[in-house]
Amino acid sequence: MSQAVLEPESPAARNMDLLRFATAGSVDDGKSTLIGRLLYDTKTIFADQLEAVEAVSAARGDEYTNLALLTDGLRAEREQGITIDVAYRYFATPRRKFIIADTPGHIQYTRNMVTGASTADLALILVDARKGLVEQSRRHAFLTSLLRVPHLVLCVNKMDLVGWDKDVYDKIADEFTSFAAKLDAPDLTVIPISALNGDNIASRSENSPWYEGPSLLHHLEHVHIASDRNLVDVRFPVQYVIRPQSTTVTDYRGYAGQVASGVLKPGDDVLVLPSGMTSKIAAIDTADGPVDEAFPPMSVTVRLADEIDISRGDMLCRPHNAPAVAQDIEAMICWMDETAPLRVGAKYTIKHTTRTARTVVRGLQYKLDVNTLHRDENAPELGLNEIGRVKLRTTVPLLADEYRRNRTTGGFILIDESTNRTVGAGMIIEAS
Amino acid sequence: MSQTKPYRVSHLDALEAESIFVMREVMAEFERPVLLFSGGKDSIVMLRLAEKAFAPARIPFPVMHVDTGHNFPEVLDYRDHRVAELGLNLVIASVQEAIDSGLVRELPDGTRNRIQTPVLLAAVEKYRFDALFGGARRDEEKARAKERMFSFRDEFGQWDPKNQRPELWALYNGKHHPGESIRVFPLSNWTELDVWHYIAKEQIPLPSIYYAHDREVVERAGMFYAVNEFIVPRDGETVETRRVRYRTVGDASQTAAVLSEADTVEKVIDEVAATRITERGATRGDDKVSEAAMEDRKREGYF
Repeated sequence: MSQAVLEPESPAARNMDLLRFATAGSVDDGKSTLIGRLLYDTKTIFADQLEAVEAVSAARGDEYTNLALLTDGLRAEREQGITIDVAYRYFATPRRKFIIADTPGHIQYTRNMVTGASTADLALILVDARKGLVEQSRRHAFLTSLLRVPHLVLCVNKMDLVGWDKDVYDKIADEFTSFAAKLDAPDLTVIPISALNGDNIASRSENSPWYEGPSLLHHLEHVHIASDRNLVDVRFPVQYVIRPQSTTVTDYRGYAGQVASGVLKPGDDVLVLPSGMTSKIAAIDTADGPVDEAFPPMSVTVRLADEIDISRGDMLCRPHNAPAVAQDIEAMICWMDETAPLRVGAKYTIKHTTRTARTVVRGLQYKLDVNTLHRDENAPELGLNEIGRVKLRTTVPLLADEYRRNRTTGGFILIDESTNRTVGAGMIIEAS
Repeated sequence: MSQTKPYRVSHLDALEAESIFVMREVMAEFERPVLLFSGGKDSIVMLRLAEKAFAPARIPFPVMHVDTGHNFPEVLDYRDHRVAELGLNLVIASVQEAIDSGLVRELPDGTRNRIQTPVLLAAVEKYRFDALFGGARRDEEKARAKERMFSFRDEFGQWDPKNQRPELWALYNGKHHPGESIRVFPLSNWTELDVWHYIAKEQIPLPSIYYAHDREVVERAGMFYAVNEFIVPRDGETVETRRVRYRTVGDASQTAAVLSEADTVEKVIDEVAATRITERGATRGDDKVSEAAMEDRKREGYF
């Protein structure tokens, strides 16, 4: 087998970063056009895909090639002209590989937006310059902050239709910035664009001499995401115990998992939860050999100096920096099931890191109106796409952090015990 | 320009870490996983990831080949060699045997892509597999763009795109009732180019047909099909020797080659980076049948 050596500047460079972003907005905002434009400008749309889309557009009598058809792949979506589900799209530039979680914008799809945002480094929200901020823009900004997506981009689209009027742009940018400040929203960037004409997408447009910021693609390529990871709090949820049944490898016992946060090194003291035992890291193994340190999102196998009983669902951390070992959990929950609401007293399966337990809903403190942020303290239940603050009690302790501090050890899902459906997504506020 | 980035993880390392995480989750939560192995490059990469996920232990699950009987000999040789090398248990679900026993009927056009689904489902039932690793990627096809990493299937193996479980963070819900199963796609977030970069990085050997070689072909609907026992030249078709390679390896009666001079992995990477046609569009007669061909087959239980 020959070895390939690529020049780093080659478009086929294999040494790129990975950035995941979620897009939100409706067809009217030009979201599909924007995604189509990004794919087109990065040469990601293939000739046969474009041909297929052109053929379908022509057959339907569309006046222009409908780039939404690139992402809307299911029969029902094509027939009804809607997006049903989160669609994943991929493109790359020499600097970065991008994964887009493209989520539909309507209120009934809060579930999808939350799903797409859960793994996103960045969220991209679109508004139509002619309409300004609408209820939906505020909802998307709120969900982005609820899911703690570290970077937010507001694209003020269709600037060509308002004559590239700086005042229109400034008004929207100011209004959104002050709204985002109230949400404790992360790093915010506002960009005036025309997705249809490609202005400020791949390069700066001459139509907006008053705009001094980056083009969208430049921003996506350069936004600093490396320090978004929590490299302080060592959290290593044990996934699987590797014990080879072999005559050549004997006495091997390694704890396999993906580093949730922090940096692990051989020689470090570790605390094992929930047992409370302590030991030292003897080695950190990978199939390519031992490593000097492990950090997120590496998947490694940790060996300890002492023989301790450790199994899936346990967690390695540092003796003086440990998560809560808690059975009482307060969390924001987004309800995702259309077949039954969340009710006080109901029992569910809870999956948190690699630990699965049962839980009962002890209380619903309030239901949150995602448009007005009004809290309804008398709400009896949470229906599909509703969000509220809930108290849970679990059968066994969870090894939990606040979600705002740690998206991996602070997030959980609820599973219906009879249907096995994933019915809720939770973000921990307090664990005790 | 770029500052020193501490604790940097390249996109390939991040993808590998995610795939390994998914494989370990399945091994920890399911009783009888199996890895679908076609001898194609994606399943070859999957096998490497499985090797890495459980090292220094052996891969802790069997591999299954749904054998349409329409094979490239180079691919079968490769399969048998890899299985022996890794000490794996190989399960073969044979479409030919299923035809002989009457489970399925040969289609008039002789293609076997569609009839392999009942054969797969019968094997799943026979061996009671509850998790099936597949090498499908979301960039391959638009119905696949909406697949989950853990794709729930009912007792008929069917996919219901409107009734999928939301997938948040890295919390995968593998719960299922007896008879139901989960298809698991650890390469969901990989693109064709990522797969080739990984093959280069890991120096993974591939069946020789993935690299440019001279082969007798006929041109049919703009695609180049190898002349072999399954593809016989029709009237008016001329057999010619062209330099070709395969971008995908599927049923030998339906998979076309592409004209190529790329005889090394680095040349393939350059070619894939420059190409303007998707791999399925370039090589799969079966996906061209209708706008929603893949969705329909997946609903029936296909991968």
